Amino acid sequence: MIDYHAILPEIILGVTVLAVLATDLVTREKYYGAIVGMVGLFAALVPIFTLGVCDDLAFCSGSLPRELFGGSYVVDQYSLVMKGLFIGAAFIAILLSVAYLQSDRFYEGEYYFLLLAALFGAVVMASSRDFITMIVGLELVSGPGFLLAGWRKADEKSNEAALKYFIIGVIAFALLVMGVSLLYGISGTQLFADLAVAPAAVVDEPVFLLGMLFVFLGFTFKISAVPFHVWTPDVYEGSPTPVTAWLSVGSKTAGFVGFLSVAYLAFPTHANLWGPLLWILAIASMTLGNLVAVKQTNIVRLLGYSSIAQAGFMLAPFGAAAAAGADLQQAFGATIIYLLIYAVMNLGAFGVVIAGGARVKSYELDDWAGMWRWAPGLTVLLAMFFMSLAGIPPLAGWFAKLAMFSATIGVGSWWGYSIAVIAALNSVVAFVYYSKVVKSTVFDNVPDHVDPEALSRIELAPTLTVALGVTTILVLFLGVFPGVIGNLSKFASEILAGTF
Amino acid sequence: MTVTIGWYMSLAAVLFAIGAAGVLTRRNALVMFMSVELMLNSVNLTFIAAAKELGLVEGQVAALFVMVVAAAEVTIGLAILVAVFRRRASANVDELSELKG
Repeated sequence: MIDYHAILPEIILGVTVLAVLATDLVTREKYYGAIVGMVGLFAALVPIFTLGVCDDLAFCSGSLPRELFGGSYVVDQYSLVMKGLFIGAAFIAILLSVAYLQSDRFYEGEYYFLLLAALFGAVVMASSRDFITMIVGLELVSGPGFLLAGWRKADEKSNEAALKYFIIGVIAFALLVMGVSLLYGISGTQLFADLAVAPAAVVDEPVFLLGMLFVFLGFTFKISAVPFHVWTPDVYEGSPTPVTAWLSVGSKTAGFVGFLSVAYLAFPTHANLWGPLLWILAIASMTLGNLVAVKQTNIVRLLGYSSIAQAGFMLAPFGAAAAAGADLQQAFGATIIYLLIYAVMNLGAFGVVIAGGARVKSYELDDWAGMWRWAPGLTVLLAMFFMSLAGIPPLAGWFAKLAMFSATIGVGSWWGYSIAVIAALNSVVAFVYYSKVVKSTVFDNVPDHVDPEALSRIELAPTLTVALGVTTILVLFLGVFPGVIGNLSKFASEILAGTF
Repeated sequence: MTVTIGWYMSLAAVLFAIGAAGVLTRRNALVMFMSVELMLNSVNLTFIAAAKELGLVEGQVAALFVMVVAAAEVTIGLAILVAVFRRRASANVDELSELKG
């Protein structure tokens, strides 16, 4: 007997994906696809909400976690929070895309179909509790991503971005499935729950370690952490900017869902093994990302390196808590807080970049100098989102940083202290390049070839206004009332209660 | 001499290594795609050999899933390659070097 309530979000999203494709078939107004898609996203949020509150209600049968298909698909608190995040991110990504797609000769109908297909994959990943489901979900996120990265077909940069993204993506995928097959060969199971209780004779085999290493390295591609980070700046720059926004939030969070599920649900008892690995990857990612970001001259590339660095910050609690053998639940919660807040502020930052790029037709920081003269409102928003990314109170980013620092320092050993010190130094470097952009856009002179009068007359597309409005309100609200995010993360971390 | 699981695993490891070396050293995008397929097929071999050894069926099912995903991936890759080829009539990845920094 299948629990249809539990998979209702997936059913609605699946129907939506097909409905968007059908809309493309029957209408010439391609933006109808965006409308159908957004209606479907709203509809999918309803069962996610009812599943979340179902526990407390008398008339509602079943309680979390709801296991389906022999335990390989589990709907629990954590997966509901992540699904909500994915759907919200896709919603903003569609809003960011509409005006961009209509500004040039793009295929529009298929675009929404592919974006929603990627979302569907991410949602499946959030609930998958065995490797095969996880792999299929992961490829459903990656595949459309490869195609979307090359959406500017006539632009050689976009072609190059798609090909680079594809080749590095399939190498990472091959590594990941190789790891899965080795783990399967040694333990005879694909289920996370069974791997977590694998007997010592299995766990001590070198093959088991090799499999675990391959799986973690395979996932670093999606979250754009070292060693599979090299595609990030190139693909971010070459792709259409709304696609970059989706890749930096939706696709990256999907990778983190893989990380969180595999680390905390499949290998919680081997935390002393993967902890040091992730500790090293976290430090390498944040240091490399921040140091290279400082000398970037293109705002999208800058955000690409910033995204590598942020992945390092998100991995820090994993590495510190697991390596030190501390309470993993707090580390888990800290990463979820960071993911939720990062999604809001990064989508907002990309919203400003898209809006500004639509006017000045360039993403070079030199051309953006003196943006204050031709778009004062956007400049204020740009400053706000960038300062939030830097972690300045009272914007939401500070709470993400706070959660990360308290989770790393809280482990109480040199694993935690050392990474906290490195993260603090990195935050200073990050502040330098975020504030450099803000300073240049507010105080510098407008370059000669840019005509502020003409640019200031260009109006902001209504869809972009909505996207920027939503993210602005969230960044301000969550900065002042971070308890909302804290409660969501506590709710999500409930699944780990009593497992360690 | 009987063929044990070790033989299959060694073969899979060798195929995986050849595939990885091919992806990293060859500069023609089509050959790189072929090398990736080799890596994925070595994964399939590992799955099937393990399933046979363990007497379980999930490994064979997993191999089917990997095949489907690999087929979908190749479709996407060739589509991207066609788009690249239309612009510059070359499949050499070294010539694609506009994005750097």
